[in-house]
Amino acid sequence: MDYFLQSAGYILKGCTITLKLFFLTIIFSLPLGFAGAMAKTSKVKILIYLMEAYTSIVRGTPLLLQIFFVYYGLPIIFPGFRLQRFNAALLTFILNYGAYFVEIFRGGIQSIDKGQYEASKVLGMSYFQTMRRIILPQTIKRVLPPIANEAITLVKDTALVVVLGIGEILRNSKEIVSRDFTISPFIIAALLYLVLNYGVVLFFKSLEKRYSVYD
Amino acid sequence: MIETINLCKSFGDLQVLKDVSFSINKKEIISVIGPSGSGKSTLLRCLIDLEKPTSGTILIEGLPIAEEINGKQKFIKESVIQKRCRKLGMVFQNFNLYPHKTSLENIIEAPLIVAKIDKKSAIQLGEELLHRVGLEDKRDVYPAYLSGGQKQRVAIARALAMRPDVMLFDEPTSALDPELIGEVLTVIKELAHEHMTMLIVTHEMSFAREVSDSIIFMDHGRILEKTSPDKMYSNPDHPRIKTFLDKMIFKTD
Repeated sequence: MDYFLQSAGYILKGCTITLKLFFLTIIFSLPLGFAGAMAKTSKVKILIYLMEAYTSIVRGTPLLLQIFFVYYGLPIIFPGFRLQRFNAALLTFILNYGAYFVEIFRGGIQSIDKGQYEASKVLGMSYFQTMRRIILPQTIKRVLPPIANEAITLVKDTALVVVLGIGEILRNSKEIVSRDFTISPFIIAALLYLVLNYGVVLFFKSLEKRYSVYD
Repeated sequence: MIETINLCKSFGDLQVLKDVSFSINKKEIISVIGPSGSGKSTLLRCLIDLEKPTSGTILIEGLPIAEEINGKQKFIKESVIQKRCRKLGMVFQNFNLYPHKTSLENIIEAPLIVAKIDKKSAIQLGEELLHRVGLEDKRDVYPAYLSGGQKQRVAIARALAMRPDVMLFDEPTSALDPELIGEVLTVIKELAHEHMTMLIVTHEMSFAREVSDSIIFMDHGRILEKTSPDKMYSNPDHPRIKTFLDKMIFKTD
């Protein structure tokens, strides 16, 4: 039992890194995705092309490759620009998830009936008033399910940073596995990911419930 | 109140409005009838800047939102157009209520954030309007829980909340079940009794005849005839109108 608690404690320590990566990614990538979607649904051509390039490149290449690129590649392209391992991972995750959120928000905004814009226009609202008061509140409701999906994927994707030797859940489990020739740490890790994702699911369920009052 | 001169609108190669000239005076009620695709809705949408005319002039209370001078369209700033169009209110075929707002919130949204009146007066105004369209008991209900007729009555109240000088109705009953049409027409008739200036695109022939001061018949993007309801329905100049009305009246009455 002692041994189990000891292992679990070490893996839980990794869990704080996982959580830190998860929350910081969410906090920065959601606004990034939102701003990107506003740019992509605007009428400014250059912004649209920029966003198109951004989302195509990021969504079209593996996240793992992007992690390698930011950590090992950027210092070669920009000598002297070397991020710490965690920061390199965080930057990659923010850019990567931001790109998916751009597309999710864009889809949400464009799924709102054009009659909503017309009604707002004939009532004298400006574009920003229409977006803020009419379009975005309806968009949030529609993008909650896909965002929940992304959040669940993100919990699991944090395990990828093991390749940079960051001591999160998976790496700490693996250390014990190699040291003691037992697979129970993997089971503890699996349970931890399950619990984390259960929390994510509950959180989004309550949000969806709150937004379901109007239909 | 509103005047158009040689108004033309094309979508690509398709000419939807061809040299439409007409005017509506204060307290006048005009119905626009005609077959589908004759340009009725497009005409209405041009008046309130939901479509930009290809050429021609539109004056709202004497001030242009589109102006043709010597064959060229004059540039008018969007903010100016928007301001001039505020004299008009519009009711859509599909209501276009805000689904995330209750009946009352739908009505007071524009007074609050566009006209910027204080919340207390806005709520009072909203409740008055709900009473006027007979829906005070639906004050805090979301549109999803309203019938089509109730939705359209809220939409009418919402348009009235901005105190427009002219109300435009774009087929206000076309999306409704037959038994719900009456309640919406009743509300519009009450507005008629209060001498609201109205331009109504409709397929309800007997309603048009009852409330209108004059009726415009449109076909293929042109105004074929503008005349009194009695003349339109008994003895129109164009044989085309007679054929259309015979079919419609047989169908609706």
